[in-house]
Amino acid sequence: MTLTDLQEVARDPDVPAAIEGRSTLALVWSRLRSDRVAMASAFVILAIIAVAVAAPLIAHAAGWGPTDQDRVAGVTPQGLPVGPSARHWLGTDNLGRDILVRTVYGARISLIVGVAATAIATFFGMVAGLVSGYYGGAVDTLLARFMDVVLSFPFLLFAIALVSIVGPSLKISVIVIAFFSWAGIGRVIRGQTLSLREKEFVEAARSLGASDLRIMVVDVLPNLVAPLLVLGTLLVPTAIVFEATLSFLGLGVVPPTASWGNMISDALPFYSVAWWFVAVPGAALLTITLAFNLLGDGVRDALDPGAERVFASRRRRRAHQDTT
Amino acid sequence: MTRFLLRRVLFGVLVLWLISVATFVLFFVAPHDPARAIAGRLATPETVALVRHRLGLDEPVLVQYWHFLTGLVHGDLGYSFYSSASVDSLLVSRLPVTISLTLGAAVIWVVSGVLIGVLSASRPRSPVDRSATVFVLTGLSMPTFLLGLLLIYFFFFRAHLNGFDWFPAGGYVPFTQSPYGWFQHLLLPWITLALVSAAVYSRLTRGSLLETLGEDYIRTARSKGLSERRVLFRHGLRSALTPVVTQFGIDVGTLLGGAIVTETVFGLPGLGQLAVQSVTNQDLPVIIGIVLMAAAFIVLANIVVDLAYAVLDPRVRLA
Repeated sequence: MTLTDLQEVARDPDVPAAIEGRSTLALVWSRLRSDRVAMASAFVILAIIAVAVAAPLIAHAAGWGPTDQDRVAGVTPQGLPVGPSARHWLGTDNLGRDILVRTVYGARISLIVGVAATAIATFFGMVAGLVSGYYGGAVDTLLARFMDVVLSFPFLLFAIALVSIVGPSLKISVIVIAFFSWAGIGRVIRGQTLSLREKEFVEAARSLGASDLRIMVVDVLPNLVAPLLVLGTLLVPTAIVFEATLSFLGLGVVPPTASWGNMISDALPFYSVAWWFVAVPGAALLTITLAFNLLGDGVRDALDPGAERVFASRRRRRAHQDTT
Repeated sequence: MTRFLLRRVLFGVLVLWLISVATFVLFFVAPHDPARAIAGRLATPETVALVRHRLGLDEPVLVQYWHFLTGLVHGDLGYSFYSSASVDSLLVSRLPVTISLTLGAAVIWVVSGVLIGVLSASRPRSPVDRSATVFVLTGLSMPTFLLGLLLIYFFFFRAHLNGFDWFPAGGYVPFTQSPYGWFQHLLLPWITLALVSAAVYSRLTRGSLLETLGEDYIRTARSKGLSERRVLFRHGLRSALTPVVTQFGIDVGTLLGGAIVTETVFGLPGLGQLAVQSVTNQDLPVIIGIVLMAAAFIVLANIVVDLAYAVLDPRVRLA
């Protein structure tokens, strides 16, 4: 008889099948799934992504392209934007363009900038933090100081100065946002790496003759996935707001391409009489940043081993509710 | 202590020097000729050359940088390309606006943020805590310019339509001219600037206080029979405030360099607005002046923060 058979025989019918070994990822996923707010946020984010992907279809259904001007009934005789109607579901802007269609296209910009800038910043922050924390010494001093310098830059100021010189564009927005975001991530990762490199498993790998690169990638990096995931999720809304702010100041996405920031900026002279002009892109912006922040919060809780009590009590409460 | 200060100040100077170089380089690699812009579109090549000479732009870059650096050491940041006013005088004239805006907002966000944080940490997972979380996440997600526009919409446009003349839509009145006008013009910008930060601070305070309240010395304080309020404020909050102080230093330092968005939305003639204008005008000396001053505030704030640690937390030794 093998051990498994023995366990099979000895099993108490009241005790659940077996204590399954679950991977960290499975554990995190199951916790995240029990977090209703996080799941709702994830759903909202997916919906916005779907809308952004389907933007041409929505434009087709609405009957207007993102830069089409309705020359017949796009503006009032006084030249003011027209409110929501059957012709323009969410109204028009001061040039007679459809707000709904432009907002939907604006989602593309926000998502592209948010995700691209985050990916670049997370990658460089990870590499810099890993190298700085792992090697220590002069490399660390140099890199850590460099991060300090980047973090002491008055970044919005420098960003607008830079953009005004090179000329605004989507690419520049992404680069600027990534450049001012990586150092924050790098600093956290550096701190984590500093403590990880003293751990026994790193010593073990080193005594087995593993190269520095291998230790960093195979042994240290997997332990950094949790903070990277949280930092990354929370960086996306920051990047989106940053892009909107640049575009609002006229230094981001170049008109006539619609971005939520430049739509709101266009609305400035008109929104006292045309609330939809600010309300629609503004609500879209707030929704997406709120959803990412809520999701990031949920991911943080799900990854935090100390939070297990919360999840356990939540499960118990839910089980209790289900039975009563 | 003295050695610590000396080292930090030296590093600060190094940072400022690097930033001055970066800004300078940025404008020289730029495919842009300020002399041409200033001389105007119809200027003859001779006029442009004359303007370039007058601005000193015809000298080699290194010579120009040297002039700039020697001026800087003497506290002279040069003259605006655009208005010929001295950069020093421009900065000095804008600074009171930005200081008024920043400090007023800072008072609001620290008081409200820390208070909300303490409330939610003292009763974790209570309804108070949960509504605080909603506030925090909304605040974190709210772009500053959007909040500013919303406030103007409701407290200016709407209020005016209904006959309430509470707030102006923008502008600035110096405190020395009319304290009430100063307050009236700044209240909405203060709220705009403070709300987002209040969210950050209440979260920081909550997290840090919860951690502190789990420490042994808090249990000791409680078992001594101290009142809960005393435990919370005297024993808990004091050491829990360390991360809040860090953040506060950095935020105030950053904002003193110009609250660009808030100043733009409310038309406040502060450093941020000056920055946007100078960027539009390609006014290099003014831009460098603002960037350097902003960076100096940040560097200074970081040093003050480290000193404040030692005062707040007796365990910290500066070395």
